Amino acid sequence: MSNNAIEAEALTKVFNGSLVAVDHIDFSVRNGEIFGFLGPNGAGKTTTINMLITVLKPTEGKASILGYDIAKQNTQVRYSIGVVPQEYTADEDLTGYENILLCADLYGIQREVSKKRASELLELVELTAFKDKKVQTYSGGMRRRLELACGLINRPKVLFLDEPTLGLDVQTRAATWNYIKMLKKEFGMTLFMTTHYLEEADALCDRIAIIDHGKIIVVGSPTELKDSLGGDIITVAIKEDVDITELVERINHVKEVKKENGSYRIKSENGEITAPLIIESLRKEGHVVTRLSLTKPTLNEVYLQYTGKSMRDAEESGDSLYAKRMIMARRRH
Amino acid sequence: MNNVSKSKLHGLWALTNRELKKWYKTPVVFILTLLQPIIWLGLLGNALNLGSLVGSSSLTIPPQVITELQLTPAQITVLQGFFSNIGDTIMQGTFGTTSYISFMAVGMIAFTALFTTMFSGMSVVWDRRLGFLNKALSTPVSRAVIILSKVLSATLRSIFQASIILIIAVPLGFQFGAAFTAVNILGVFAFLFLICMGLSSLFIAINIRSTRIETPMAVMNLLNLPLTFASSAFFPIEQMPGWLQAVATINPLSYTMNGMRQLLINSSIDYSQLALQYAYVGLFALVLTTVGIVLSWRFLNK
Repeated sequence: MSNNAIEAEALTKVFNGSLVAVDHIDFSVRNGEIFGFLGPNGAGKTTTINMLITVLKPTEGKASILGYDIAKQNTQVRYSIGVVPQEYTADEDLTGYENILLCADLYGIQREVSKKRASELLELVELTAFKDKKVQTYSGGMRRRLELACGLINRPKVLFLDEPTLGLDVQTRAATWNYIKMLKKEFGMTLFMTTHYLEEADALCDRIAIIDHGKIIVVGSPTELKDSLGGDIITVAIKEDVDITELVERINHVKEVKKENGSYRIKSENGEITAPLIIESLRKEGHVVTRLSLTKPTLNEVYLQYTGKSMRDAEESGDSLYAKRMIMARRRH
Repeated sequence: MNNVSKSKLHGLWALTNRELKKWYKTPVVFILTLLQPIIWLGLLGNALNLGSLVGSSSLTIPPQVITELQLTPAQITVLQGFFSNIGDTIMQGTFGTTSYISFMAVGMIAFTALFTTMFSGMSVVWDRRLGFLNKALSTPVSRAVIILSKVLSATLRSIFQASIILIIAVPLGFQFGAAFTAVNILGVFAFLFLICMGLSSLFIAINIRSTRIETPMAVMNLLNLPLTFASSAFFPIEQMPGWLQAVATINPLSYTMNGMRQLLINSSIDYSQLALQYAYVGLFALVLTTVGIVLSWRFLNK
């Protein structure tokens, strides 16, 4: 077996014959790493997960998990993976403990074994004190942790997390991140997660694939991706209505200048040194600098660089109709 | 994969019990579902007491008939006897029993089975919306087991509710027929099991395709009254107008009710009829369960 936990080749899903949710994507996830799928709502993240966890059948292409083909060997795939879905799937009328045992039964785990594991997992996610309370009394964070425990009941080698911190407050999100890091460190588990929070992908993932409109745009570690931007970003605005692109381009260290909504996006190495130089040369030419900001590259810039729009813009306007159709299609299947 | 059951049916009881737990662990829901058939039976069974319409108290020999025909006291006693039995004769001839509430109670048992299967089937819509279905689909539990657990839980619930009606009908005036023995109860369960399997497979195949609870609601509202009234629930088929008879005679609920009536309230059992009734309901169950499970299975395998 190769040292890749997940391999996908030209994986494609088309809904209703025309709506392409996932478009010939190729990627591989190495054993023991946290791999993140990053993209706006409706980009095809959940559809990809649903294909990998054998809930949806790919329209084209193939993928394998631990060497098992997701279409032909789906039973083996199902035994070796755990899933923490986006939704709260635990049954509200049952207790946390009963819910975990139910998950165990779906894997056919014998009762003596599942009872022991359930207690261990409840301990792990710190829900032991609440195990006999009905799930409807749980808070959002507690329900997330219960989902996590359910997803771990069969001791999976690969764990899938779909938007693990969606709708959680800052504190609970930080706690969830710690659990995810611990799973990798303590159990050597391979984790595949989707998120549309850039900082989450940055904080957790060893490698990230940016996905948009069903296509993978770029894959790499957060550091690699940030480095690929070629340095820091300085944004400058001046009072006068003249083009200063050429002027700025001549300054040392400056790599690229782009005019954007009345201000200039300047790419440069060593932004701390370049920024004063920019101000100086603009002054010399008699321009008045009204605004200047320096940003170290974040995934947000990476996203912007590769998709040409910021994450929030993609979710709010232009593409929202497409995204909505995609989410509706997914729900129908 | 040690410690793991290799059975193809693993998880069936866990999923069925999940459905049942939601019902019996919620006391309010449990009591309300029991109250509903009681109210039906108490209200309808007594309001539509057809036996009293043709009962003996309303029929006496008018005095002028006695004087004109110059009847002797002996003749009067014979005639009076005839008149006082006429109601029972009509009831026996029409309904197969002298007690209308007994006739209707059996109808209510089948009606409750229909109702319960319809409502239990709706939980699959929630399982889809809340993501439980997707989660179950990612586990090694078989697709057929997921569907079968829904069918089975609806069936078990219906049989339980139907038994409650039978128990409650007794103090309300339910009379067992002369042919009734305790073994016949098993025969009634067999009828209920078959009809519920068929009906719930059908409803689940419909419901699994809808993401909104409104769709199954509309389907149910459309189906339940016609299915009930175009059957022998309240009235024997023979007395219906021709076109309604045509519908009622193919309605599997009629066969279920007539079969259960033979077992519970009739004075004698026509075994060839009973065999036909079992065969018809059995065939209905087999066809609908197969079609329902295949349709649901195909949907889950997209």
